[in-house]
Amino acid sequence: MKHILSVLVENKPGVLTRIAGLFARRGFNIDSLAVGESEKPGLSRMTITIDGAEHPIDQVTKQLHKLINVIKIRDLDPDLTISAELMLVKVRAEGDKRSEALQIAEIFRAKIVDVDRNTLTLRVVGTTEKSEALLELLQPLGIVEIVRTGPIAIARGRP
Amino acid sequence: MKMKGSEAIVASLEAEGCDVAFGFPGGVMIPLYDALMDARTLRHILVRHEQGAVHAADGYARATGKVGVCMATSGPGATNLVTGIANAYLDSVPIVALTGQVRGDLIGTDAFQEADTTGITLPIVKHSYLVTDPADIPQVIHEAFHIAGTGRPGPVVIDLPVNISLAEMNYREPTGLDLPGYKPTVEGHTKQIRAAARALAAAERPVLYAGGGVISAGASPELLELAEMLQAPVTCTLMGLGAFPGTHPLFLGMLGMHGSVASNYAIHECDLLVAVGARFDDRVTGKLSAFAPHAEVIHIDVDPAEIGKNVRPFIPIVGDARHVLARIVDEVKALGPEPGRTADWVARTEQRKDEFPFHYDEDMKEGDLAPQYVIEQIDEVTGGDCIICTDVGQNQMWATQYFKYRFPRQFISSGGLGTMGFGLPSAIGAKIGRPDKTVIDITGDGGFQMTMQEMTTAICADAPIVVAMLNNGYLGMVRQWQDLFWEKRYSATCITAQPDFAKLADAFGAVGMKVTGKDEVADALREAIACGRPALIDFRVRQEENVFPMVPSGQSLDEMIGGHAPKKRRAKPAAAKRDATPSAAKPAATPPGKKADAKGGAS
Repeated sequence: MKHILSVLVENKPGVLTRIAGLFARRGFNIDSLAVGESEKPGLSRMTITIDGAEHPIDQVTKQLHKLINVIKIRDLDPDLTISAELMLVKVRAEGDKRSEALQIAEIFRAKIVDVDRNTLTLRVVGTTEKSEALLELLQPLGIVEIVRTGPIAIARGRP
Repeated sequence: MKMKGSEAIVASLEAEGCDVAFGFPGGVMIPLYDALMDARTLRHILVRHEQGAVHAADGYARATGKVGVCMATSGPGATNLVTGIANAYLDSVPIVALTGQVRGDLIGTDAFQEADTTGITLPIVKHSYLVTDPADIPQVIHEAFHIAGTGRPGPVVIDLPVNISLAEMNYREPTGLDLPGYKPTVEGHTKQIRAAARALAAAERPVLYAGGGVISAGASPELLELAEMLQAPVTCTLMGLGAFPGTHPLFLGMLGMHGSVASNYAIHECDLLVAVGARFDDRVTGKLSAFAPHAEVIHIDVDPAEIGKNVRPFIPIVGDARHVLARIVDEVKALGPEPGRTADWVARTEQRKDEFPFHYDEDMKEGDLAPQYVIEQIDEVTGGDCIICTDVGQNQMWATQYFKYRFPRQFISSGGLGTMGFGLPSAIGAKIGRPDKTVIDITGDGGFQMTMQEMTTAICADAPIVVAMLNNGYLGMVRQWQDLFWEKRYSATCITAQPDFAKLADAFGAVGMKVTGKDEVADALREAIACGRPALIDFRVRQEENVFPMVPSGQSLDEMIGGHAPKKRRAKPAAAKRDATPSAAKPAATPPGKKADAKGGAS
């Protein structure tokens, strides 16, 4: 099962390295990691997704907690969590393909953010599943490049 | 108060109560070393290699319970500390390592003697700092001492760019601690403590398994009280030796790979195992799935990440060993367990101790000195009142088996990392921390040669330690594995080409002695202890003696080899192997050639 960890950390030099280093040393695989400033000055929030079947999640969180710069960890309940990732995808769009690509983009509420004679670049925001579904439909057109942030997540309602 | 950064470092160290620092200067450390000349209470001990500094700080910390401090210059100075930092990390020893760093504007340019010290040490520190503002110095040092010495202790690195040491700054006392991400749990959970007390009061075959956490928490009196109240036998890990008196009738000895038969069998047969400040290391458990198969486990540790890491406990308790044990003692008292409940069990462990003591061939002719006898004599001559530091390998294991550790912080040894070369510098650190105690470094000819330059440090620092070298001309523990599991192919373990150690000690300005016969051992030890100078005794011991009993790597604790004391025949290593099993019901363990299991790495 995928776990989404929301980790509040001190925004100090080397914090990302400490976390990445810890995961590497203990042999935990990160599926994705996104980080940015939080609502509190001096603190950043990381969203880390990790496969709980592969690693005992309590070991991951306990080891993370040992880092002095880690303030708080929440293992978010998927049913009570809003998560979204940003994806940019460049597809081939020559001739007939162009209208097909535009149609798919429309269905997924993806924005066309760049266009040239041969390609279209789509920007889509949504769950990881939505990104996957979009990619599946775009595949036959020919995907040139994909860039994804990995999900960021927040618990519903009050903390 | 206006001062230089370097002066602020010294003032801050003194404010933390640091009275000694072990180190070696270098280019970027000149400002700090200059300030050290004017230190009021802080004494600097110059080592001869930075590894010596960090191990000495480690030995000092273990002997005194205070935070040990070492310092080294940037680049090679810092990288020479790395082994010792890892050593302190794995054994949870509180040290603060100050490293010089190149000027801030040169960081990242591959400047002369630049190394990414915080990066290199990242996986082996409890925490680290790269100071970027001289005004932060007092606060950083205050935090570093707090983090190193509280919770589960560990090493903290402070990397100091030279411009920070040189800068003028306004010294301000630290403003308390603001570490929202660091709040070690001290008090255990009341419900869990009650559950543990109930389980203990009901257990008929309990064993208390004490690790280094008991020593660092100062929980020995509570452990003793609990053991006596419950009449529960106690076993210690390597790190835990001294946590419980080795002379006590309830003491089983060390457990694990070279532990006592009584300990390992008690683990195998107990119905309740209480791990206190211990972490179920592979050298302790052997085959994990066969460890304590009949026991429910209570695990008490200050580090929540240790709980459930290797063994899933029936009752986990996160907290400081001293607090938790004290409360368990109170709870058990209130429950008033039925007296005599464990009598059969204790009698059984007693019988095992009688039946399977540590043993060796005591028939020593001239030139045939048993290393185990030397250790016994150290115990005898000192009356057990000394600090023992060890190196790593056979010397270390014999030191665990044949000396009875009576008090906490008496036994100082590299457990987790297994660092050869640890013995001598750690003994110097221990002696400087505890000048009132006789300090004996039990070492081998291999390990001694890894850090022997520190003999000079002992001389200059006036640290009259005794180096008791068990010289067998081999890297003995690896040779033992080659003997048992690699068809005696002694690849790179025979080190008979070596200096005359007694003369070498002499050359260092220490007292050097050579002992070949049994009858000279005690006198040599007495002389070395009394001489008031650093001394080295080169004990020429049996060359191919093995450490028994032994649980081969990856096997269950009840599958020991060499545990049986032969009744009439003297145990030769080969014979000991055939005498593999203490109990006739058990199958003989590990025929040689089962290499895959044994390759885990000797040390």
